[in-house]
Amino acid sequence: MIAEAGLALLWLAAALSLLQLVLGWAALRPEGQGLLRIVRPVAVAQGAVVGLAFLALIWLFLRTDLSVKLVAANSHSLKPWLYKFAGAWGNHEGSMLLWVTVLAVAGGAVALFERRLRQDTLIATLAAQAAIGLGFYAFLLFASNPFERLSPVPVEGNGLNPLLQDPGLAFHPPTLYFGYVGISIAFSFAVGALITRDVGPAFARAMRPWILAAWIFLTLGITAGSYWAYYELGWGGWWFWDPVENASLMPWLAATALLHSVTVLATRAGLRAWTIMLAVVAFSMSMIGTFLVRSGILTSVHAFAVDPKRGTFILALLAFYIGGALFLFALRVRHVKDGSTFEIVSREAALVINNLLLSVILGLVFVGTLYPLITQALGTEISVGPPYFNGWTGPFALVLVVIMAIGPMLRWRRDSLKTLSSRVAVPVLLSVAALVALVVLAPGIRLLPMLGLALAPGVFAASLAPLWGRRLRRTPLFLYGMVIAHAGIAVSLAGMAAESAFTKETLVAVGPGQTARVGGFTVKFNGVTPVVGPNWTAIEADLEVRRGDGAPFTLRPEQRLFTTPPQPTSEAAIRTLWDGQLYVAVGDATNQLDQGGRRQIRLWWKPFVTLIWFGGGMIAFGGLLALIGRLRRRRGTKAGEIGGGGEAPA
Amino acid sequence: MRKHLILWVPFAGLAILVAMFKISLNSPRTKEIPTGLIGQAVPEFTLAPAIAERPGLSAASLRGGRPHIVNVFASWCLPCQVEAPQLEALSRRGMNVVGIAIRDRPEDLARFFANFGNPFSAIGADVDRSVQMNMGSAGVPETFVVDGRGVIRLQHIGAITEADMPKLVAAYEAAR
Repeated sequence: MIAEAGLALLWLAAALSLLQLVLGWAALRPEGQGLLRIVRPVAVAQGAVVGLAFLALIWLFLRTDLSVKLVAANSHSLKPWLYKFAGAWGNHEGSMLLWVTVLAVAGGAVALFERRLRQDTLIATLAAQAAIGLGFYAFLLFASNPFERLSPVPVEGNGLNPLLQDPGLAFHPPTLYFGYVGISIAFSFAVGALITRDVGPAFARAMRPWILAAWIFLTLGITAGSYWAYYELGWGGWWFWDPVENASLMPWLAATALLHSVTVLATRAGLRAWTIMLAVVAFSMSMIGTFLVRSGILTSVHAFAVDPKRGTFILALLAFYIGGALFLFALRVRHVKDGSTFEIVSREAALVINNLLLSVILGLVFVGTLYPLITQALGTEISVGPPYFNGWTGPFALVLVVIMAIGPMLRWRRDSLKTLSSRVAVPVLLSVAALVALVVLAPGIRLLPMLGLALAPGVFAASLAPLWGRRLRRTPLFLYGMVIAHAGIAVSLAGMAAESAFTKETLVAVGPGQTARVGGFTVKFNGVTPVVGPNWTAIEADLEVRRGDGAPFTLRPEQRLFTTPPQPTSEAAIRTLWDGQLYVAVGDATNQLDQGGRRQIRLWWKPFVTLIWFGGGMIAFGGLLALIGRLRRRRGTKAGEIGGGGEAPA
Repeated sequence: MRKHLILWVPFAGLAILVAMFKISLNSPRTKEIPTGLIGQAVPEFTLAPAIAERPGLSAASLRGGRPHIVNVFASWCLPCQVEAPQLEALSRRGMNVVGIAIRDRPEDLARFFANFGNPFSAIGADVDRSVQMNMGSAGVPETFVVDGRGVIRLQHIGAITEADMPKLVAAYEAAR
């Protein structure tokens, strides 16, 4: 019954999105003025209805209703309730339902809360959002029905991929999707503004909070995903340049560029065409990412079900929507007026360089991710790995970070190098001092990590500089947001560079009572014990760890075997200390040449690795403060006259 | 008008991208990993017998005019147990199945053969994995089809399943 209700709700939502599109279209015509007031409620209703459909699916998973094919294929009655809950989106159909849910809820939110956008542009935006929704409803209803029944009803379900049975999974995909799909709002805004020829500062100010909101979720999602891969996959790394990871990074890069270019548009009425282009590109990256992940044309550690038919469907949607937007762009953007000019030393120039560098990095990641497809077309299949990505994007990222540190110190329109040099003196001194210290104390480290470590303190100081000499209580909240987000980049950079430069790793085979050493830690192996969980069994190693002469503590990494489906996983044990993490994974028994119960133990000492995710959290928190600041200011000044001007240094 | 031609570049880029995606969607996905050693002679080696009951293995013995199925395996390897019935079947068909035992000991091998059968007419002991490496094999189990002149015709990575049998048989027949 619930499954049928869910399916009916899904059809109803699809019908509402069609209505939203048709009404929006009609309302924009001269004779359709009377329809203007109906579009908003329809958009809100669409969001609510598809939200209910999603709740229906969650309910089916919580009850483990095995008569539903999706539940039987991906769940199991013995599964802990949290994973039944999260299992609703831990599969293709469920995650696509989450996709449209976010799409419709975001559209509904715009209909409910957006008050500053010109009426006709808003209607066009909602129509565009409905058009996107319509395609994905069709995909769900015709190619990925999550509510399909199964007959005969099986006695037990297949279980969920063990790698996904982790508390992190419950919240990581929804967070990521809110960003990933939420950025569709920017796309629809861009399309709406192209249709009504409304690309200007007021439009940019209206669009900015929506981009910011999606960007916060993307940042959180990527940060959480990185940590999840770090502790769950047991490889000790935090970023693998895997296609699925890149699929979330690319929209983030585009959205970050967009966030900064929209500020130029809002404040100085410049970068109009570029901003529109970025808004289209950001969501295009989300759709291309979805396609790459769901079609299985790229091999990835994230093993999703592969179905070429579905791939073709998503490809058709992608081609239609992106193609349509780019077509409209080519037709209309020539009518967009250019903004005011600026000098080479100015805030605008820094933001333009920031945008170019982000675009270059985006392009490099894009090419690297698609490289196997390009070589495949030429007859061979070669993929590029971390050396390509790190080697090419690293230098650009470092320059970008420097520009990021300097940019906020510059005035809009025009500034002088002389005043700039006095402002950057302290940060430059800090970085030079750090570099000298590194060269003297740790000469062996490679160039990129060395530069990263040297830049981090300077960039951190420079990021705080906009607060210098201000009355802190009167400083607007969004300025704090920017400062914290930029400082977060410096913190994250320090973590990445420290991890890369100073990680100590060792792989040993130890028998009971034997010890191994890594980075000042002594690890004593006390043997293994079998452990039984709700749907797995495991071998748990008992390791007694001591740092120098400090008090001992125990780490218990596991080698787990899940029962349904049968799959071994490695559960790393991690000890977080103030200056880094000790990361331990246990392997299989070594082969029979080694008698006496020896086990392979892999030990990593990762100094300051936690800063990577702490910085990520700071970036998202900074975004949140900026968002709250913008919304407050918006409420305070109805006309929005000073909206963007506040960023100019006082 | 010409001035605005550049505005269509993104649109054209998308068209190329979509075409590329479509091509890769249509091209069949294979697990076949072509190795550089196909069509080349087996590198020179001589391995001592891994168990007393069977002779050892050398590159020269693979050049005797008859094709061979060379199975790289180990008693401590679980997938090797899975493929044991398939090797047994190949051997029963009258094919020359020989083995290279990786980092193994006679008593462990004896226990392995007692449990899963011994399809091998000769087994070489590759204690330091050097022969395996030279043949371009990274793990166990792997299986090569070598023709009568000692040239590698096929490399199969992973356990041999029922589904892989026709491929191996065909390669063996072609190597005759």
